[in-house]
Amino acid sequence: MSQNPQETPVPAKTLLANLAANAYSDAWEAKKRGEKVGWCASNFPQELTTTLGVKVVYPENQAAAIAAKGGGLGHCEHAEGLGYSNDICAYARINLAFMDRQSCEEMNMPMPDFVLCCNNICNCMIKWYESISRELNIPFILLDVPYNSEFETDDDTLEYMWAQFQYAVKQLEEITGKKWSEKRFKEVRDISLRTSRAWLKAAGYCQCEPSPLNGFDLFNHMAVAVCARGTVEAAEAFEKLAEEYAQAAKEGASTYKGEQKFRILFEGIACWPYLRATSAPLKENGVNVTATVYATAFGFLYDDNPLSMMRAYTHVPNAISVERAARMRIDVGRRNKIDGAVIHNNRSCKLWSGIMPEIDRRIQAELKIPTVTFDGDQADPRNFSEEQYKTRIQALVEVMTENKKGKKQ
Amino acid sequence: MPVLLTLGADLGSTASKCVIMQDGRKIAAQTTIPVGAGTSGPSRAIAESLAACGKNLADMHMVCATGYGRHSMTDAHMEVSELSCHARGAFFLFPKARTVIDIGGQDAKVLRLSGGRLNNFVMNDKCAAGTGRFLEVMAKVLEVETADLAEWGAQSTAPVSISSTCTVFAESEVISHLAVAADRRDIIAGIHKSVAHRVAGLVRRVGAEPLVIMTGGVARNAGVRLELEAAIATPISVSPLAQFNGALGAALLAHDRLLQQL
Repeated sequence: MSQNPQETPVPAKTLLANLAANAYSDAWEAKKRGEKVGWCASNFPQELTTTLGVKVVYPENQAAAIAAKGGGLGHCEHAEGLGYSNDICAYARINLAFMDRQSCEEMNMPMPDFVLCCNNICNCMIKWYESISRELNIPFILLDVPYNSEFETDDDTLEYMWAQFQYAVKQLEEITGKKWSEKRFKEVRDISLRTSRAWLKAAGYCQCEPSPLNGFDLFNHMAVAVCARGTVEAAEAFEKLAEEYAQAAKEGASTYKGEQKFRILFEGIACWPYLRATSAPLKENGVNVTATVYATAFGFLYDDNPLSMMRAYTHVPNAISVERAARMRIDVGRRNKIDGAVIHNNRSCKLWSGIMPEIDRRIQAELKIPTVTFDGDQADPRNFSEEQYKTRIQALVEVMTENKKGKKQ
Repeated sequence: MPVLLTLGADLGSTASKCVIMQDGRKIAAQTTIPVGAGTSGPSRAIAESLAACGKNLADMHMVCATGYGRHSMTDAHMEVSELSCHARGAFFLFPKARTVIDIGGQDAKVLRLSGGRLNNFVMNDKCAAGTGRFLEVMAKVLEVETADLAEWGAQSTAPVSISSTCTVFAESEVISHLAVAADRRDIIAGIHKSVAHRVAGLVRRVGAEPLVIMTGGVARNAGVRLELEAAIATPISVSPLAQFNGALGAALLAHDRLLQQL
C-alpha cells in the first residue's frame, strides 16, 4: 500500500470502514452506469462476481447494519405485515421489508437485477431469495450446498457444487453481458486467499495474552471479509490490521481498554440490536472475547484446484456436522486460552442455535470451563432481555473467578 | 471480637427477601415481602428485618444485594448474582449439597456445587414457563391461592395433561379444561407435572448428582417437588428456609468478604 512517508498512516480500522462503505458506493455507481447489480448471500463464492467484475451487495450485511442502528423492529414488523412469519430469520424479514419499501433511513443499497443464493448458511435463505426473485421478477441463481453430516466433504458434493458454479458463470454472463476470464479467476482466487490469510492472521492475535484486540472489533471488521474479500485493497487492509495487532502485542497494548481478567468464546452471531448491552457487562467485568467462529468463518482457505475452493465453501459453520462444529469451537477455545463461553441462543437462527446444547456440552466436557447461554436475536430486538443477560454474565464471572482462585491455590 | 452482622437482600422479580446473620452462623432475622424489585418490597423487607433484631442499617458490617433488583440497592456494599448466593446458602443449609434447583419468580436454574462453590449452572431460556410466575398465573385462573396449590394437587386422582410450555398457551389450555368441567385438583396436578418436567430438562443438562437441594419460593410447593423427584429419579431435600436461601447466601457471602478483609 503506497503512502507518502510524511502523511500520518491511516489506521487499518479506518481503511476497513472505508472499504465496507465503498463496496456499497461501487454498487450504486455501477447501477447508475446501467450495469446489472445483484443481491448476494454472504457465503456465496464471491470469486464468481469478482472475476466477472459484477457488483453485488449483501442483504445480511445490510440487515445487520439496520439492526445495529435500531431499525430492526420497524423492518421486522413491516415484513410481518406483509405476511412473513416472525419465526423466520430476522435478516430475511428486514431484507424483505427493505425489498418492499426500497429505501430506509439506516442503510440503503441498490435494488437487485438478480439474486445469488447459496444455502451453505441455511435453507431459509432459498425461500427468502425465491421470494425476492418472484416479487421483483428477477433471475434467481442458486448454488446448492447439501448439508454435510460427515466430518469431511465427499468429492461427489464438490463436483456437484463446481458444476453449479460453472453453470452460474454462464447464467451471470447472460444476465450481465460480462465475460468470464480464467486468468482473472486465478488472480481473484489468489487475492481472496491473501485476504483470507491476512484476516485469519489478524484474528489469530487473540491468542496473545493480553489480546491486542477487543474481540468485538472482529464483528466490525468482518464486513470487509464478507463484501470485499476478492480485492487487493481488502488484502492490504487486513495485512495492515495484522501488523498493527502484532505491534500492539509486542507492546502489550490493546484496543480492549482495561485489564483483561477473563478470556471467553462468544458463540454465535452477534446480537446486533444490543451490541452495547451485550458488550458492556463483559467490559465491566474485565472479560474479553478472544474466540469466535462467526467472524473467522469468512476466511476461506483453498489451493489452486477449484474443488478445493468448493470444499472451503462447505466448511461454513452452518453447513457442517456437529463433530466439525464442535471441533472448531474446542480448537479455537484451547488455542485462544478461554476461561469460559457465552453462547447466544439466537432465535433467528434455528440451524445455528439448534446444535448449541450439544456443542455446549462438548465444550464443557473437553475444555472444563463454565458456559452460559442467553436468549437473543441477531436482528429482532424483541427476543432479548438485558437483565437476564447481565445476571448470566455476572454469574459466569463469579464462577470464572472461583476457578482462577482454585488454580492459584 | 464484636459480633459481625451481615445483611443479605434478595430482591427478586416477585418477592423481596432479607436475612440478617450474626457471625455467619446464626440467623438473627428473616423477612419476606410478596412484591419484588422496583416496588416498596425491598425497602420494607430490609426495614422489617432490621426492626426484628432491633438494629439499624448502619449496624450492619456488610450488606450484600442479589436478585434482579440488586443494582438498585444503593446501600449495598457488594452485589452478587443470585446463582452464587443460592450456591452459598444451599451449602450452609446442606453441606453435602451437589446440585441445587432454584425455581424463582421468573427463572429456573440448576447449579452444580463443588466443595461448596458454584462450579457450573444452567438457566431457563427467556420464557417464563416452569417458573413461579407460571404457577401464579395458573392459580389466578383457577381461583386458588398459590400457597394452596400443593394441597389441591395432592387430592388429584387423574391429573390432566398440560402440554404447552408457553405460559399464555398453558393458561388457555387450563381454561379449556375448566370449560369441560375438569376437576380443578386434576388440573393443578397436571400443572405441577408440567413445571416439573420443564425443570427436569434443565437438571438433566447439569446432572442430578446427590445431594439434590431445591430452593426458591416454588420449593414450598410439595406437588412440584414430588413430580420433580419422580422426573429426575432422585430424592430432593428442601429446607424450611428454601425461600430465603438467596438472601441467606448473600448474608453469608457478605460475612465471607468481611473475614477476607480482617
